[in-house]
Amino acid sequence: MDFNDTPEEAEYRTQVRAWLDANAELRNPDDTGGGALGERIDDATLAACKAWQKKKSDAGWACLRWPRQYGGREATSIQSVIWGQEERRYKTPPDIFGIGIGMAGPTLMAHATEAQKATWLLKMCSGEEIWCQLFSEPGAGSDLAGLRTSAVRDGDDWMINGQKIWTTGAQFCDWGILVARSDANAAKHKGLTYFVVDMKSPGIEVRPITQINGGQGFNEVFFTDVRIPDENRLEGVGDGWRVALTTLMNERASIGAGSGGGGGVGDLLNLARRCAIDGAPALQDKAVRARIADFYVKSKGLQFTAARTQSALSQGKIPGPEASLGKLVGGVLIQDMAEFAMELQGMTAAVSDASVALNDGAWQDRYLSIPGLRIAGGTDEVLRNIIAERVLGLPPEIRVDKNIPFKDVPTGAK
Amino acid sequence: MNFDFSDDQKMLQQAARDFLQEASPLSVCRSVLESQQLYSKPVWQGAAQLGWLGTVIPEEYGGAGFGYLELAVIAEEVGRALAPIPFASTAYLATEAILLAGSSAQRQEFLPKLAAGELVGTFAIAERPGQNGVEGVTTAFDGTSLTGTKVPVLDGEAADFAVVVAREGGATSLVLVDLNGDGVKRSGIESFDPSRPLARIEFASAPATRLGQSGAGAALTEKLFDRAAVLLAFEQIGSAARAFDITREYTLQRYAFGRPIASFQSLKHRLADLWCEIELARSNCYYGAWALSNDDPELAVAACLARVSASQAFDNVARDMIQMHGGVGYTWEFDCHLFYRRAKLLSSVIGTTASWKDKLVNRIEAKEGAAAA
Repeated sequence: MDFNDTPEEAEYRTQVRAWLDANAELRNPDDTGGGALGERIDDATLAACKAWQKKKSDAGWACLRWPRQYGGREATSIQSVIWGQEERRYKTPPDIFGIGIGMAGPTLMAHATEAQKATWLLKMCSGEEIWCQLFSEPGAGSDLAGLRTSAVRDGDDWMINGQKIWTTGAQFCDWGILVARSDANAAKHKGLTYFVVDMKSPGIEVRPITQINGGQGFNEVFFTDVRIPDENRLEGVGDGWRVALTTLMNERASIGAGSGGGGGVGDLLNLARRCAIDGAPALQDKAVRARIADFYVKSKGLQFTAARTQSALSQGKIPGPEASLGKLVGGVLIQDMAEFAMELQGMTAAVSDASVALNDGAWQDRYLSIPGLRIAGGTDEVLRNIIAERVLGLPPEIRVDKNIPFKDVPTGAK
Repeated sequence: MNFDFSDDQKMLQQAARDFLQEASPLSVCRSVLESQQLYSKPVWQGAAQLGWLGTVIPEEYGGAGFGYLELAVIAEEVGRALAPIPFASTAYLATEAILLAGSSAQRQEFLPKLAAGELVGTFAIAERPGQNGVEGVTTAFDGTSLTGTKVPVLDGEAADFAVVVAREGGATSLVLVDLNGDGVKRSGIESFDPSRPLARIEFASAPATRLGQSGAGAALTEKLFDRAAVLLAFEQIGSAARAFDITREYTLQRYAFGRPIASFQSLKHRLADLWCEIELARSNCYYGAWALSNDDPELAVAACLARVSASQAFDNVARDMIQMHGGVGYTWEFDCHLFYRRAKLLSSVIGTTASWKDKLVNRIEAKEGAAAA
């Protein structure tokens, strides 16, 4: 057991730092960085994001773990962790490539033909093309396989009609990964097919959704007679669920990997020094200290759990459903911390005006953003089911929608 | 970076598990609980033969000369078996105290016998309700003898000797006392976990020798507790994991409303949450083990993390274990109460969870202060 870099890892870290030092500015470590869920990306930010990705890609620092032929450098998982740790220390534009590189890329790698991979992966890696995910629908969130957007074969094309929702970045993306229902007479999970759709296709309409924090990171995407050539289908007709699972596994792994690290507890300590309880700094209050200890213990537990996962990866093990732990525990933890930060601020808790609120209102921002994090990419409840069923081997939910044609599945409307 | 135990350490752990499955099923814990036995002699002898008591004792004193990672995996298995033996008091406390502060004569006198499992040791600190550290200790050491009463002392009746926290002048010191010698009167006291018995020890001018510097008692105790906290935390997560496994099995076999009760979301979700809690505690324990085995300054914080999360995990699993078993969980016949008792004993024995949380925040502040200076 060793927390420190091996000599090879240290050498790699030095190389990474040298490149980052030459190409980016160090971030102020006290700046916890937004945390606000889903801001609208403006044109200037978009250009900066693309430029940064291109720079990394040109120097061979994009998609580290990918095969060289698709732009990667075939790095080990620990090397990619080292890159992530180091890149976080620098001021970099927001990561708008995560859905492509973190989810669509691995899905293509596992399920696409050589021709399809050649078409998409290089430009995904270099940031020239950005990807979004078209899975959820107004009537199919946690119950994703209940989706109803239809795909009907028409000559060499498929005709898509329906509506997707919660699509991050749809307004500026070039490609989308889409799961649609190709056979409503088949059972629920059997009638789905997985496509790659050109987001500039006629018949696609993108409308922003305003969140409770005022941000507009998500969109509704409407499909009206949108044509997708059959060559943009991944795997067979009716194989969509299997392919979608690859995407979802990668989604949870990437969200899980991003959580933890003791982040924010230092902020809370500072806040507790600056707020008073009965005329003394709140940090001197025993109850306050006990709460802060709880947060710190959980947050370090998450950090070290991620380290254990990374160690398992480096030994060649595959990330499993246990990655759900990070998102499940991390989401509630941040919400608890944000609520506690409000409590410390007493009657000014609701004030987000930076001229009054401590920490420029960052905790107030977080308070409004966090409810979304506990829902996006698998709700707490779905994650608990995944842990219970796939990690602990407990019985699956009783299903009333299995083994009957999808068109006969009861809905709220019937 | 490699945040995992080595293959050799995993093999050692498996061997420990195999031995305890055979030698210390829960019926052995129960038999100590239900009788006047102070501990299971056969399990203790087996542990001694396997060299567990000398795991971290240097080879020159007859120990195995391993590190703390090896002791940690054994501790986890002792916990998994709820083994009714004075392992924690002897290995994590008494032996550690001598390794930390013993003179060469004291090391020579105690370590070989400890390594061989010929001596049971304990650590005597508590004197009154509410105590979590050296504060308020009145038992007094005058340079050659000890006078005062310690209660409760874990394994106090079984132990051959004790490391005692005593007042010496205006400060505290650690002293070594032969519990079979003059001036020592001990008696068992009732407790809710007699599988790990507690005792009252009265010292009346009992001959005693100082362990470490005069007045170093508070500092040594703090250091000792940090080390013991990590090892106890492994014992706690071992027990918690066992309690969890038994509960999971039970919910799969118990039917109600025509289905295994494990199919109800209220139980699935509770089990998922408990699993997360054990895993987080395990990760904190790993960090503690790393800090302990490297004698890293991070141990000050890491010990608190391991202690708090393992205490909470075992307490919570033990509590929910009874709840998820329903009525039978509250019977003497089922094993749930063995865990429920042990959980609270272990989470109080070197200071409560609340006291370790307080220590944690003090140390985070100290660390921040040091970083700023």
